[in-house]
Amino acid sequence: MTHRHSHRDPACLEVFARLSEFIDGELPALDCGEIEAHMADCPPCIDFLNSLKKCVAVSKDFRSAADCPPMPPEMEEKLRAAWTAALARRG
Amino acid sequence: MQPQVRSAPEVEWARRLLAGDASAFTPFVESFQQRIFQYTWLMCGHREDAEEVSQDTLLKVFESFDKLQDPEKVKAWVFRIAKNYCLMKRRKSVFAPERELSLDELLPSSGGEARPIQVPDDAELPDEQVLRSELSGELERALRELPEIYRSAVLLRDVEGLSTAEAAEVLDVNEDTVKQRLHRGRLALRKSLAGYLEVAK
Repeated sequence: MTHRHSHRDPACLEVFARLSEFIDGELPALDCGEIEAHMADCPPCIDFLNSLKKCVAVSKDFRSAADCPPMPPEMEEKLRAAWTAALARRG
Repeated sequence: MQPQVRSAPEVEWARRLLAGDASAFTPFVESFQQRIFQYTWLMCGHREDAEEVSQDTLLKVFESFDKLQDPEKVKAWVFRIAKNYCLMKRRKSVFAPERELSLDELLPSSGGEARPIQVPDDAELPDEQVLRSELSGELERALRELPEIYRSAVLLRDVEGLSTAEAAEVLDVNEDTVKQRLHRGRLALRKSLAGYLEVAK
C-alpha cells in the first residue's frame, strides 16, 4: 500500500489523536511503544510529529510584544502593606 | 533541611515571602505581573483590562497570602485568581467566537496545507532571529484566532508552563478535558503556522 499523506488511514488517525500526550510524556509505555512502532514505518506521521513539536517549542518560548507598564509606586506600597497584614494575621 | 530538587523560582519566592523575606517581593511581583498581563491580554484583548487584572490579582494574592498552604502550588493559585478577574472584566466577542474544534478539521489536508512564507529564490534565507520574531508575531495572531477554551489551555500549559493538573485546577475542568483542549489548540496552531514551521529549523 502506498502511504499517502492524507492521514485518513485509521492507524495514522489513532496516532494523531494521542500526539500531544506522547510529546508531553503523559502516555503509558505501552502506548508510546505503539506510536513509535507506527512512526518507524510512516514518514508523514514523523513529519507531522516534528512540526507539532516545533509548534509547542515556539509556544514555550513565546512572549507577547505587549509589555506590562511598570507598577505605580502607590500600588506597590499597597501590595507590600497587604502582604505584611496577611503575615501578621497568620501570626 | 534535606537536599531536594530545585523548585521553580516563583515557588522559591513564595516560600521566602511566607517566611517574611522582603527580598523576594520584587522578583515575585515582576514575574507574575508580566505573566498575568500577557495571559489577560491574550484572553481579553484590552490593554487596560490586562493592566487592571494584573494589579487586582496581585493585590488579592497578597491580601490572602496567609491562605497559601503550599508554595509549590503558587502558580496555579495565582492564575486561578487571575482567570476569575479576567472573567469578570471580559467584554464580549473580542477575538475568536466560541466554538468546538473537531479533530477532523485539524488534520493536514492532502493537497499541501501551508500558505508558505514568501522567500524569493535568489534571496538569502531570513536569519534566525528575524524568523523567530516573525514566528512569535504569527503565533500571537494564531492564538487570538483560537476559540477561547483552547486558547486558555495552550496559554496555561505551554506558554506559562503549568502542569496538566495545575491547568485543570485553574480552569475548573478535569485533566482529560485539559489534555483534549490542549491537543486541539496545538493542532490548530500548528495548522495556521505550518508555513513558518517548515522554514524554521
